[in-house]
Amino acid sequence: MAADTRGLTRTKRGRAAVRIHGLDRSFENRKVLDGLELSIREGEFVALLGRSGSGKSTLLRALAGLDHLVDGKGVLSAPDNVSVVFQDARLLPWKRVLDNVLLGLPGPDARERGRAALAEVGLADREEAWPVELSGGEQQRVSLARSLVREPELLLADEPFGALDALTRIRMHELLRKLCERHRPAVLLVTHDVDEAIELADRVAVLEEGRITADVAVGIEGPRRHGTPEYAALREGLLTRLGVEAQDRPILEEAHA
Amino acid sequence: MTSVSTQPLGRLTRPARRGASRSTARRRLAPGRPVPYGKALGPLLLLAVWSAGSAAGLIEPRSLSAPWTVVTTAGDLIEDGRLQSHLAASAQRALLGLLFGTAAGLLLALLSGLSRLGEGVIDGPVQIKRAIPSLALVPLLILWLGIGETMKVVTVSLVVLVPVYIHTHNGLRSIDNRYVELSETVRLSRWQFVRHVVLPGTLPGFLLGMRFAVTATWLALVVVEQVNATSGLGYMMELARTYGQTEIIIVGLVVYGLLGLASDGLVRLTERKVLSWRRTLAG
Repeated sequence: MAADTRGLTRTKRGRAAVRIHGLDRSFENRKVLDGLELSIREGEFVALLGRSGSGKSTLLRALAGLDHLVDGKGVLSAPDNVSVVFQDARLLPWKRVLDNVLLGLPGPDARERGRAALAEVGLADREEAWPVELSGGEQQRVSLARSLVREPELLLADEPFGALDALTRIRMHELLRKLCERHRPAVLLVTHDVDEAIELADRVAVLEEGRITADVAVGIEGPRRHGTPEYAALREGLLTRLGVEAQDRPILEEAHA
Repeated sequence: MTSVSTQPLGRLTRPARRGASRSTARRRLAPGRPVPYGKALGPLLLLAVWSAGSAAGLIEPRSLSAPWTVVTTAGDLIEDGRLQSHLAASAQRALLGLLFGTAAGLLLALLSGLSRLGEGVIDGPVQIKRAIPSLALVPLLILWLGIGETMKVVTVSLVVLVPVYIHTHNGLRSIDNRYVELSETVRLSRWQFVRHVVLPGTLPGFLLGMRFAVTATWLALVVVEQVNATSGLGYMMELARTYGQTEIIIVGLVVYGLLGLASDGLVRLTERKVLSWRRTLAG
């Protein structure tokens, strides 16, 4: 079927959770992804940086299997068990919080696992609430619980904290890092926030005009703080890659130095 | 007026009246607080005019019977059981028609909303049917089905089908595509998708359609029961017309009105119950 003509094969477990080779995707003859190469190891946290229109979301949707009517070819192998955290929490408004977490989850112990997942994101007492009664941050935590309860081998996150205020975002970073340490899925976090990428990821890749143009391991031991020279150097390099000139930047590093 | 002299440019100042602070209050443009039992005001006024007109002999009883005549007639009709038996006949037709029409409308809307092929096959004919006033089909239905109960129930069903279909279909089509994507990523089966996403998402539209449908039911009933019937509220009124019994016609009208209000209220109550997830939004 269509999957074969596009060379799309989904392999079972291997040492690499995701392997993408020569992936092309285009919309109306405009190439969005152009021979993209990327692999993610099991349990590895990769942040994908890129400006708007660089093809970040297209790549994520290809991995999530959501690009039904998109032209393209290439080899893409991803685990069967993939879960997506969207930028909006995307909770069904007509289902209570716990039922949103359980959506489509099979098994007799589903409710128990759902409760446990809600407890993990700190919302054990809100399982009977309607989504409209939650704050934006709480809604996104429910959506995290919905993803984690499926024990995904690959977690795809499409700017999941983009719509949250700065303080909530800091807390969500902490929560996501803890959850990923505990469950060890491979993660692809799409973001345009360089700091978010450095704080969370093992590896940061930069996507430009449909290709990965930089792919660096973060390799900072211990807590990742703004002031440290490694952090500053990495941030500097990534921002340059993204085309942000030095004079446009806030003088964050100098203030700490 | 002493304040005027303190204004060097001769600007007009308001003379300090009692409660000077009120001069800064804006004129209120909104209608203000609701009057208690305000909604009853209009109907009561009408009733008062009607009663006064009848008592003063200004209203000809053959054109419009006095309110108290209507009440005593209603009492008589209830006492000898005629009103109940006519009402039961009408209610049976209405309920059967509503049942079949709703089921058909809902099913067609789901089929046409969930598949492109279904839409191609179903939507066109329903839109054509919508363009033809359902009651204009009555002559044809009489030829096909005769003048019995079947014709009456089918007519009511056809009248009900259209609003249920239109609003359900519209509700279904306006389900956010983001939820469809979500359903794919959590790997819902087709049936799970219908059950957890499509049906609840369509419910507000469906209930709106039901509100139109119940009102339309009684409308259709009036027509079919006056075409050819030996029972039912419409028949009772038609019979009263031939004997010039205005008061019975009015009793029928009042009953129709009450039925319409009651059924609309019932749907609204259902709406409030099953859409409680939305009520929290409205506060």
